[in-house]
Amino acid sequence: MMTRLRLGLLLLALLALAALIAPLAAGWIGKDPFAPDLFARYAPPSPDHPLGADELGRDLLTRLLYGARISLGVGLATALAASVLGTALGVLAAWRGGWVDTVLMRLADGLLALPALPILVLLAAMDPARLGLPRGEAVTDMLRIVTILVLFGWVGVARLTRAGALTILASDYVRAARALGVTEARLLWRHVLPGLVAPVAVASALAVAGAILAESVLSFLGLGIQPPTPSWGNMLANAQEAVFAAPLAALWPGLAILLAIAGCSLVADGLSRP
Amino acid sequence: MLRLAALRLPQIALTLALLSLAAWFAIGLMPGDPVSLALFSDPRLTPEDIARLRALHSLDQPMLERYLAWAGGVLRGEFGYSRLFAQPVPAVLWPALRSTLVLVGAAVALAAAAGVALGGLAALRPRAAPLVDAATLLAQAVPSFWLGILLIILFAVRLGWLPAGGAPEPGGSVLPFLVLPVATIAFGQMAAYARHAAAALTAELARPHITSARARGGSEARVLWRHALPNAAVPLLTLLALDAGGLVSGALVTETVFARPGMGKLLYDAVMGNDYNLALLALLLVALVTMLATLAADLAQRWLDPRLDA
Repeated sequence: MMTRLRLGLLLLALLALAALIAPLAAGWIGKDPFAPDLFARYAPPSPDHPLGADELGRDLLTRLLYGARISLGVGLATALAASVLGTALGVLAAWRGGWVDTVLMRLADGLLALPALPILVLLAAMDPARLGLPRGEAVTDMLRIVTILVLFGWVGVARLTRAGALTILASDYVRAARALGVTEARLLWRHVLPGLVAPVAVASALAVAGAILAESVLSFLGLGIQPPTPSWGNMLANAQEAVFAAPLAALWPGLAILLAIAGCSLVADGLSRP
Repeated sequence: MLRLAALRLPQIALTLALLSLAAWFAIGLMPGDPVSLALFSDPRLTPEDIARLRALHSLDQPMLERYLAWAGGVLRGEFGYSRLFAQPVPAVLWPALRSTLVLVGAAVALAAAAGVALGGLAALRPRAAPLVDAATLLAQAVPSFWLGILLIILFAVRLGWLPAGGAPEPGGSVLPFLVLPVATIAFGQMAAYARHAAAALTAELARPHITSARARGGSEARVLWRHALPNAAVPLLTLLALDAGGLVSGALVTETVFARPGMGKLLYDAVMGNDYNLALLALLLVALVTMLATLAADLAQRWLDPRLDA
């Protein structure tokens, strides 16, 4: 259904716009998302703070807009990396077959059987300084989360592309191309990959949703993006502490996550039922 | 069926062994070790004391050797102690596992019942289908920890009907503490069951044996209950098989939001509190339960549909 695809793309475009204009909007409203203002602690929504203020008096609207950058950035980076890695490994397994196929697919089975969330918690608690990375930088946090999510995220795409590639490799036009003397590299690039675009697109759209949710869960648990950098997840964690003082503060970040995930699901749905 | 189990059990053992090794090294990369924590709480410790403590707890040995010593102990049934709770690890793990299984079991039962009801509604009344569609889309997109917070704000803070979280006093009723967490998990899970039930029931209702049952004068309720649902249950069990593991480990978020003392919360506290031994054993127990649940669901599916065993 075309309407689902359009609605989903519209939602995602709005969120992308919010992420892009975050610094501009902060300028227009005249609010710094990082500057505490202790006189405005838990301020209710007002013309001065359109969505209210948090426990340090920071403006919630500008923090929400900056949070969109983190969420969409992590979501898109994870989906892109997982799709590229998953497609490469899936096609490799289907094309080479034999022990390469066996090893990759057993690895995939093993990763799928594991309890993902507890392992993510364990991995997220690792100290980046011991691996030689700077600690506490937002970019390091994002990189760490994307790496951890890709570690699990490639599996779904790889299984999907392996199955698709096996079907294509057994088809007559591939045999015809081989009989014409096409090199294996060109065969994979020109004849196998184009046939995998549709399923990978659907899987990527769902991967964006999964990554946005996983990032917000990790940040909510205090293991993802570290304050003062705002992310929807750590904003919700702060809001849960303040359910008595400012119950409304819990509304906005969750709504933003919901819209992002719904947008991705609608796009995936729309792509899979043409 | 026996063949499947015989094939799967060694796989499970191998996965656990590899996971424990990987997790051992991941924990080694976490900031701080027990001795540096001891130093933190007692600054009078001298460097000699530190060296003595490290040697006493074998922290000066290479990681692989420490792993082998630990794994040997676990295989002999020596699970060691939890530093955080100052108790033997099994005494901490069993109550937590029971609490999580109760929570997840109740949530799955509720989600399956509500999902099949919604799916049945969509299959029987095509006019309600878009509404059910929209409801499932919403249920799938709502982040569970956000839903949990909203439920706490509404039912615990505003209305004061239910506790915001935690566990009952010894001897108190468990039920009030279960309502909100169960609703939180079940709401998200319901969506998948509703979608699959709607698809399976719609396909099933179009088949000849349904037309024949209707022609014989069976009531709609009887047709749905006796003729359509048993066949439609097989894909739902597949879904349960795929989800069973994720549910046990996914309870972590809900348990954290509601401060419920379950496996997820325990694991999180152990990782945060630098309690190596407890974190590792809790992770392995969750993985074991996850894989056994998936195996059990696979076996149940083969029992329902013997064609799969061929």
